[in-house]
Amino acid sequence: MTHSKTKTLVVDATDQAAGNGLMSRRFFINSALATGATLASGAPAIAQDAIVGEGQEDWTLYPGDDLPLYGDVSQFEKGRVQRFVAPPTGGRTASSSGRTPHHLLQGTITPSGLHFEVTHHGIPDIDPAKHKVVIHGMVKQPLKWDIEALENYPTVTRKYFMECSGNSRVCWAEKPDQNFMYMTHGLVSGSEWTGIPLSTLLDEVGVSPDAKWIIAEGGDSGSLSRSIPIDKALDDTIIAIYQNGERIRPSQGYPMRLLNPGFEGNTSVKWLRSLYVTDKPVMSRFETSKYTDKLYDGKALQFSLEMDVKSMITRPSSAISLKKKGLYEITGLAWSGRGKIAKVEVSADGGKTWAEAAIEGPVYDKMLTRFRIPWMWDGSPAILQSRATDEAGRLQPTREELLAARGKDAFYHYHAIHSWSVNAKGAIRHVYA
Amino acid sequence: MQRGRSDMSMHKILIAALMISGAQTVVAQQSRFGEPATQADIDKRFWSVFPDGENLPDGQGTAVEGAELFENNCHICHMNPPDKLTDYEPEDPADTLFGGQGTIGTDHMVATIGSYWPYPTTVFNYIRKAMPYTSPMSLTNSEYYALTAFLLSENGIIGENDVINKDTLPKVVMPNHDNFINAYPEVPKKYRTKNE
Ligand code: HEC
Repeated sequence: MTHSKTKTLVVDATDQAAGNGLMSRRFFINSALATGATLASGAPAIAQDAIVGEGQEDWTLYPGDDLPLYGDVSQFEKGRVQRFVAPPTGGRTASSSGRTPHHLLQGTITPSGLHFEVTHHGIPDIDPAKHKVVIHGMVKQPLKWDIEALENYPTVTRKYFMECSGNSRVCWAEKPDQNFMYMTHGLVSGSEWTGIPLSTLLDEVGVSPDAKWIIAEGGDSGSLSRSIPIDKALDDTIIAIYQNGERIRPSQGYPMRLLNPGFEGNTSVKWLRSLYVTDKPVMSRFETSKYTDKLYDGKALQFSLEMDVKSMITRPSSAISLKKKGLYEITGLAWSGRGKIAKVEVSADGGKTWAEAAIEGPVYDKMLTRFRIPWMWDGSPAILQSRATDEAGRLQPTREELLAARGKDAFYHYHAIHSWSVNAKGAIRHVYA
Repeated sequence: MQRGRSDMSMHKILIAALMISGAQTVVAQQSRFGEPATQADIDKRFWSVFPDGENLPDGQGTAVEGAELFENNCHICHMNPPDKLTDYEPEDPADTLFGGQGTIGTDHMVATIGSYWPYPTTVFNYIRKAMPYTSPMSLTNSEYYALTAFLLSENGIIGENDVINKDTLPKVVMPNHDNFINAYPEVPKKYRTKNE
């Protein structure tokens, strides 16, 4: 977020893009000349007889630490920029989630250690020398690979978002949740994944033309399993072994995981050890009891696999209050499980008027896309919203529209427009608007 | 790295070999770096059992046998059925396993095996590989059948003396079976918003 010297800013009517202070996407560029220029001079002069380093900080005057073998964040960031992990209840190990602090991050790649994770049966500590994945079932020849064998294949490296379909689950509730962005949007992250296209390995086992599903199973203590449609498996699914350039971490599926781009996160089975090619879904607990969406009429959606078009404003947001009137940058992320983001619009008046935000390219298929727009806050109450459109032409719905279509208890796949209210003091709260 | 190229030439050699041998039918491509998987390799990693009974093991049990197993292995974390609550019930119980029938689609849904789960095989499949939570796979197949029978019986779906095994389990019909709608590749229009 940028505080600028508002006094020097010259705003004329043509800079306005929508109501309540939203400025043209190019406003920052146009006004750069006007705001720059005022620094320099005024620094206290150093006395003639003092050593020249007088007034410098220690880190400038003394050589720093030796190089660590594995780099870490600044001590001043530790404990500030971290995930939100709900403590296990009742002293019992149970499913838990670590949520990405999007209000403290920028760009589109989530650092691996801050990538969200949901685990139903804890994080296994797998020795890669004892781990193999087998592909079997309706195939000509069942085969197995360990990570060293997989390393021999040509790899692909791609950027993808991953989102738990339980992300934003609290937004179905009657009252807006106030736990910053962790609870509302902490279960989505973006990474660069490297792996072997699953189709390469399916070619080698020789899949029967009658195959319709692949059942993926993990080696965790719940042997988590999901059914993957064969068209997806043959399209862009990969077996990932690297995340952001290094071998994937235990919490992300070390030594190998399935990665179904754009699908709900639970299908990207971690600690992958079996792929069974068949003509029917297994109907595992995670595609019946869980990860099915209860509708108002007693029915439930099953295999709602593709993540819907969605966006969120990360700054300003409820963890960041506005200290004074003036120019701010509104920024956030948009994504869709059905392809690229085509457009993001922002409103500062609760959806009455919308302005198109600048999209920071390149825009990737099924990846987080960052948007930005300048906003001149005049100190009066405002409601900030963003709405995304994907290349399939799907527009992110309002909360009212989503509840009308599914009811209030769907639990999964909440993807409606999110609203931040700013009051006259600059405090920000999550509201339904 | 020359990976891409060597990969290509490997492919060509393979095609050439096929042409020389005069092979007409589709042959599974030779694996480059995979090894043949044995039945033992598969059995160790494959825990799925299917609604039609595929891959269900031998063994059997009844709800009467399952009751004691539940008390000893499960009750420390999961509540007893609502009509069988005891002096001890876990303070912070794990998922509710009983009751809730008739609540799906109402304002206060309680999703359980009895009220929500569409397939009986899912119960056996999940508890055999994942429960008891802190010591999964620690019971025998017959014990897991007995526990499955107990969970189904206490949900009013089978009788307490019904024998559950690989033949009978797939035939059990779950009350909520018909209420699931396939949403792949597309959520039916009725449940989509107007611009999606
Ligand atoms: C140490 C505590 C613990 C014990 C003991 C335990 N469970 Fe569980 N059980 C859990 C937890 C925690 C979950 C939820 C896991 C998750 O969040 O995915 C669960 C989930 C389940 C589910 C899925 C419920 C649903 O609605 O999806 C079933 C069925 C189940 N347990 C049966 C059993 C049986 C049968 C036993 C005894 C053999 C047992 N559990 C023993 C903790 C326990």
